[in-house]
Amino acid sequence: MQQYLYLIPAMPLIGFLLLITGGAQFPRYVTAMIGAGSICVSAIIAITMGAQFLLYPPLEGVYHQQLWHWFNIGKLHADIGLQLDAMSLVFVCIITFIGALIHIYSIAFMEHDRDYARFFASMNLFVCSMLLLVMANNLVLLYLGWEGVGLCSFLLIGFWYESEANCMAARKAFVITRIGDTAMIIGLFLLFRELGTLNIREILALAPQYFTTGNTTVTWIALLLLAGGMGKSAQLPLQTWLPDAMAGPSPVSALIHAATMVTAGVYLIARMHTIFELSPFTMHLTAIIGALTLLVAGCSAMVQTDIKRILAYSTISQIGYMFLALGVGAWSAAIFHFFTHAFFKALLFLAAGAVIETLHHEHNIFKMGGLRKDMPLIFRTFIIGAAALAAVPFVTAGFFSKDEILWFAWSAAGGHPLLWVTGLLGAFITAFYSTRLILVVFWGERQTTPGKLPSSAMNIPLVILAIFSIGAGWIHLPHLTQVLPETVLKPAHPEEIIFQFIAIFSTLLGIMTGYMLYYLYPHTIRGWKESEGLMSVRNFFYAGWKFDQLYDVLFVRPFVFITQVNRNDVTDKIYSGIATIHLQLNRFLSVSQNGSLRWYVAGVLIGILFIITLQILR
Amino acid sequence: MAPISAHTVLIVAAILFVLGLAGVLTRKNIIFMLISIEIMLNAAGLAFIAAGSRWQQPDGQIMYLFILAMAAAEVSVALAMVLQIHHQHKTLDVEDLRELKD
Amino acid sequence: MPILFYLSSAVAIIATIMVITRYHPIHALLYLVVSFLAIAMVFLSLGAPFAAALEVIVYAGAIMVLFIFVVMMLNLGKETAAQEKDWLRPAVWIGPGVLTLVLLMEMSILLLAPPQRNVAVAVVTPKQVALSLYGEYIIAVELIGFLLTTGIVGAAHIGKQKKKSLHRFLQA
Repeated sequence: MQQYLYLIPAMPLIGFLLLITGGAQFPRYVTAMIGAGSICVSAIIAITMGAQFLLYPPLEGVYHQQLWHWFNIGKLHADIGLQLDAMSLVFVCIITFIGALIHIYSIAFMEHDRDYARFFASMNLFVCSMLLLVMANNLVLLYLGWEGVGLCSFLLIGFWYESEANCMAARKAFVITRIGDTAMIIGLFLLFRELGTLNIREILALAPQYFTTGNTTVTWIALLLLAGGMGKSAQLPLQTWLPDAMAGPSPVSALIHAATMVTAGVYLIARMHTIFELSPFTMHLTAIIGALTLLVAGCSAMVQTDIKRILAYSTISQIGYMFLALGVGAWSAAIFHFFTHAFFKALLFLAAGAVIETLHHEHNIFKMGGLRKDMPLIFRTFIIGAAALAAVPFVTAGFFSKDEILWFAWSAAGGHPLLWVTGLLGAFITAFYSTRLILVVFWGERQTTPGKLPSSAMNIPLVILAIFSIGAGWIHLPHLTQVLPETVLKPAHPEEIIFQFIAIFSTLLGIMTGYMLYYLYPHTIRGWKESEGLMSVRNFFYAGWKFDQLYDVLFVRPFVFITQVNRNDVTDKIYSGIATIHLQLNRFLSVSQNGSLRWYVAGVLIGILFIITLQILR
Repeated sequence: MAPISAHTVLIVAAILFVLGLAGVLTRKNIIFMLISIEIMLNAAGLAFIAAGSRWQQPDGQIMYLFILAMAAAEVSVALAMVLQIHHQHKTLDVEDLRELKD
Repeated sequence: MPILFYLSSAVAIIATIMVITRYHPIHALLYLVVSFLAIAMVFLSLGAPFAAALEVIVYAGAIMVLFIFVVMMLNLGKETAAQEKDWLRPAVWIGPGVLTLVLLMEMSILLLAPPQRNVAVAVVTPKQVALSLYGEYIIAVELIGFLLTTGIVGAAHIGKQKKKSLHRFLQA
């Protein structure tokens, strides 16, 4: 079976090539068939292979396929080689399965768009790059996939490029993730310098022998890789691009900016777990960043009015949970949360896309309202997604994964009560804004008349994702322990059941608060709006803790100032100066090229005289 | 029979050459310039003949033959061009023919 | 023989001076013929009868005929002479004169430097020339053949008076 491994990324690549070369000529249904079909085939192969993997586990716990050598420079042997182990398998299945659903959804969602083929081409390329990222057996190929998804993210955020805001959002996403990517590649260089290889298995095997725990070099490597992950996964302080990235079409937000690409950082850190375990400082930092991010993004999500921005901030916050889990050493828990989050967040985005589409591109939740009766199916799926996000106990997938993370935040070896408190607060906030979202959008007065309801191509993926949002919590991923180490617990830790009760209590409290404020006593909020202090806090949260403004002052303005000082580009002046000198010389000499034959003859004569004079004076 | 110094011949050739050169530099009429060029070529031929006589070898005369052939070819092409120039520009003034100016 | 050489050299130089100072093209060409004939005499005195014959036949004959044909075809007569007179003011001679005199002086310095050798006048017969020409110089002869052919083709092509031919649609 493992010889067919290459087919998984090859299918989307073929789809991309077909669409990008001939897409404009194909009729729409052919484009849709190629675009969605390639991912579906890929998903079928991936799931078949996954079943095979679980039923007949390979000897070393990994499928491996060496395709060809990419390049050899000195000691660096970069291969196009794929591997599939338990962790990759989770990612591959999620990417292809959710990818296929989102592609099917897009067939209907993008129906009336001019650039149908371009959309599917970019999406296919994205899936291909993402699959390469998670299946690469060396870090060079991983980096290729890493940059590939960044490129596709850029292309798809700016998909509707006629609007300047969309282009700016695309640029912002690209530039900010680039900061992380630069750090990451420096990390890779360091890793190569120290270990002499970029093959993932070799690195994982070599690193513990080569480095001692807490070694400075390994800390630097881990920090740089963490920075790469932070950029891609929109963690503090590189989180500002994700809310703006919502400028892209909703399926893009669902696939790239919720389910898959933004979790690439989680994958990277989990993949390189040995390196991170050797650097306790970086582990603590990861946990702290995760905790801070989930709180900061959660607070922003509470006050947003744009439905997609709410979801974007909640994505940042949920990835914060994953980072928190990674930081305390709860590797499996992080992957498990990624697994459940992918389903319910994709569901939420797709449902939000359907709502937006039906309401004639209305993004503001306060102009929606009362949609419960108008679109029952979307309402039901949306409420399932929101419940999973809020981690409603026992019936949703989000509960199981988040509960595990909260427990480990306290009781894992790297855990700390403060991390747990932050996580708990985040859980409360999550529950609160999920409730707010549901109540404002689907209850209350109808503000906008809905248009045509979405077709079944959009509804079916929603239903499937909703089923998984409930059911995925019961899927256990025990085989992950083949790849990832068991979480080490503190020697003395309280019972898990207590934490579960506290978590349930905090979630229910959040839902209750939301219910009270937005359903039972809405005038309370109106009262708060009078208060100046609360409004300024609200505006602060609304602007994403003013990070954009902070970066504007810290980086953009000084940079613009420097460029203005150097408006005439000193370096450039030197080169243009050389050019000017030569131009002047040319003008000087071209005087002699006056077309007068006698002048030329005289020139020849003077030359002869000069040479003969030299001969005489010799 | 008093011998002729080879250098005397060469000086005669040099004088002829310089006269031809002066003609090229002075004249503005293309026909006169061509005539002057013929003088210069002839002077070069004379120098070759002198060298051939000095060494008692036939090579000098052979070079003169080649110069002669070259001069014939050059004159035929040049005069054809003169005809063409006169036809198109209605002038033979070389100072008016400046199309190759930079 | 030296007398012949010096005399004909003097004739050649004087005739050449006349050539470059004439205003009328035909006059200049006739002086040029004189100059060529004098140089043919010089060749003879240097023991190169074959070259002397060629000088008379080709230079003074063929090439001069070409020049005269062109002068006649272009009908260069009194107007040209008047124009030349207008162009050749004494001031025009200063620059070229100085330059060429300097050149002559330098060449003389180089030529008069010792050792001086005399030319023993021994006739190099046409037979010797022919043997050498079609022996070691055969490649050069062929090349010269090419050159003359291209000269003919070039002259024929360039000298052709092109009639302006318009497409029938463009004719008015």
